[in-house]
Amino acid sequence: MSATSDELRYVYAVCRPLDAPLAADLTGVGGVPPRQLNHEGLVALVGPVPARDFAEEPLRAHLEDLDWLSETARAHQRVIGALTSVTCPLPLRLATVFRDDSGVRAMLQDGAERFWRILDRIDGCVEWGVKVHMESPDHSSDNRSSDNRTSGGHSSDIRSSDKQSSATAGGEAPEKPLSGRDYLRLRRQQRTAQDEGWKRAEAFAQRLHEELSRHADDARLHAPQNSSLSDTPGRNILNAAYLVPRAHSEEFVELVDATKDEDAAGLTVELTGPWAAYSFTGDDVESGGGAGRSR
Amino acid sequence: MTATPGRLPDPYGSGGGANLADILERVLDKGIVIAGDIKINLLDIELLTIKLRLIVASVDKAREMGIDWWENDPALSSGAHRGELAQENAELRRRIEELEGRESLEPAEKESRERYQ
Repeated sequence: MSATSDELRYVYAVCRPLDAPLAADLTGVGGVPPRQLNHEGLVALVGPVPARDFAEEPLRAHLEDLDWLSETARAHQRVIGALTSVTCPLPLRLATVFRDDSGVRAMLQDGAERFWRILDRIDGCVEWGVKVHMESPDHSSDNRSSDNRTSGGHSSDIRSSDKQSSATAGGEAPEKPLSGRDYLRLRRQQRTAQDEGWKRAEAFAQRLHEELSRHADDARLHAPQNSSLSDTPGRNILNAAYLVPRAHSEEFVELVDATKDEDAAGLTVELTGPWAAYSFTGDDVESGGGAGRSR
Repeated sequence: MTATPGRLPDPYGSGGGANLADILERVLDKGIVIAGDIKINLLDIELLTIKLRLIVASVDKAREMGIDWWENDPALSSGAHRGELAQENAELRRRIEELEGRESLEPAEKESRERYQ
């Protein structure tokens, strides 16, 4: 206990004083339970972490290690998630570390105005993540375009090159190189099929986003995720977050679920949450793409 | 794992089972930034590569198809990706020229102008 210089303070979140206790068996980074540090009406959720891992140099090295990073990120989210079930916390970015409790108090003191402003904005709300994935458009459109496409939108010059393209799509490279003309036709044909798929997918995603935004207090569009890391098949074409009052969450979830009936044509809708309001901690009240109402 | 208020629906993957990409995206890129005593700028670190791993493959493809609504995010529009598209275009032009060198040219050349300019 006295060797404080060996221990630093990892801060997970800032929130209002809790009405209900956190689960007794909740552990955070390093397997240590977090505790509440009160300062003038605000609470910081903090946990002790060893300086040998969280001082500047070792931390820098650890952050390069995807396994360490994953474990730490999961521990961070575990605490935030537990906190979200009893309050509406303001989650801090990963690896926000202070030397001691007085550093954490000073942070609460200095940032009080900003914290209160954001806490007020997200009060009573949770974040829902909604993603739309499209089945690998490259492969499916290659096959469909040459075999049994039934849509009538193709121009005659594309049909005239069907023979050439089915030979290619059949898996065997043509004996001789394509002529420049055929190469271009093939490219155009592939692109046309892809374009159609993308247009359809984009229209679906935008419609969905607009509808969900109308049922949310605020919304943010995030960059699509790379499917190789997210381990989800297909391509991510919508990655959005919605700030939704708890009281309306059930309705919101039903709304998303309802779209799953119409997500034929290679599109899937994925819902995650409830999250803490990670995506809505920005200081400025930027409009994140047509939110229904703002505060 | 913890008590959830009854009116909230069951979690959809935000607990222990949540997708690592979703968690990383939030804890590394969202959430409020506060200067701690330990000064580390996450973006100084190779961590940037993690962020890139999250987004890059989709970005190129999506932008090619005109899906570019995140362009307003300065963190993502460094211009680095534009270069790749330009490179692909140059590659295609080279390939076209090579093919045209062996064939009769007028119609193909016309198409290439329409298509790629």
